Amino acid sequence: MIFQDIVFFIAAIGALAGALGVVLLRNPFYSVLALVAHLFFLAVLFLLLRAQFLAAAQLIVYAGAVMVLYVFVVAYIGGAEEPLGSTVPGVRALGVVFAVCVLAELCIAVIGTGLQALDTRGAHLPGSSFGGPGQIGTLLLKQFLIPFEAASYLLLIAAVGALVLARRRRGMEEVIEEDGRTPSGYARPDVERLNRYAGLDAPRG
Amino acid sequence: MTVTWYVVLSSFLFAIGGAGVLTRRNPLVVLLCLELMLNAGNLALLAFSRMWGNGDGQIFALVVMVVAACEVVVGLGIIVGIFRRRIPEDVDALSELRG
Repeated sequence: MIFQDIVFFIAAIGALAGALGVVLLRNPFYSVLALVAHLFFLAVLFLLLRAQFLAAAQLIVYAGAVMVLYVFVVAYIGGAEEPLGSTVPGVRALGVVFAVCVLAELCIAVIGTGLQALDTRGAHLPGSSFGGPGQIGTLLLKQFLIPFEAASYLLLIAAVGALVLARRRRGMEEVIEEDGRTPSGYARPDVERLNRYAGLDAPRG
Repeated sequence: MTVTWYVVLSSFLFAIGGAGVLTRRNPLVVLLCLELMLNAGNLALLAFSRMWGNGDGQIFALVVMVVAACEVVVGLGIIVGIFRRRIPEDVDALSELRG
């Protein structure tokens, strides 16, 4: 038990540090790396909660595939360092105030629902296959077949949506040409933008 | 560790993610902070699933992961579209995005 507690605290501190890193780091690339660390520690917490299948899915699907997608997009659009906070004065402080309000509300909800009921180490699971792929598969195909199918349709629709968004449309090309890009859609080297990212030029007005 | 610790940790992570969504200006980082919020929800679902010794919460968390993957695909598509149209990647400046 004491071993589990130590692992919990290490993973919880790691997850919190990763989350703070995502929010506070200015370079989007470092934010993505902080999110990978956060997801890794979260997978450790999932293992402590006897969710072995979800921990593996978290590591393979999230930290593996989805984060690679993020890294590709950051590399594509260029990881420009942005100043933290809004251009409109006061909006950033307002955002922090709202976040603190959400935290206070959540704490009230947790305490208000009765810590007595929550103060348990969980149901006794003697050597069961709780959280393993076998149990997840049985539940998905026996009890939750319709949500399972709905999720697969959602993935299909998202894939089609990504194709529609990434397609080069007819009628957009004049706009692109006016914009200084070739009709094939590839941008000419944009010296102003490159300079901005390299810090050689004043930021756009 | 009792379930309380997991729920409290999950609410902290959710609030941090919410603060990021509200304060960051790069749409890519806003998406990352949305991931933080979804994962905080997953942690709470798994904690309650462990509390009752019932697998339903884990199925729910799996569905949340599917929804997060779809959101990432469409969100990143929109961000690449924004980049192609040379609209600045700044949620304060993003006031129009017509096909």
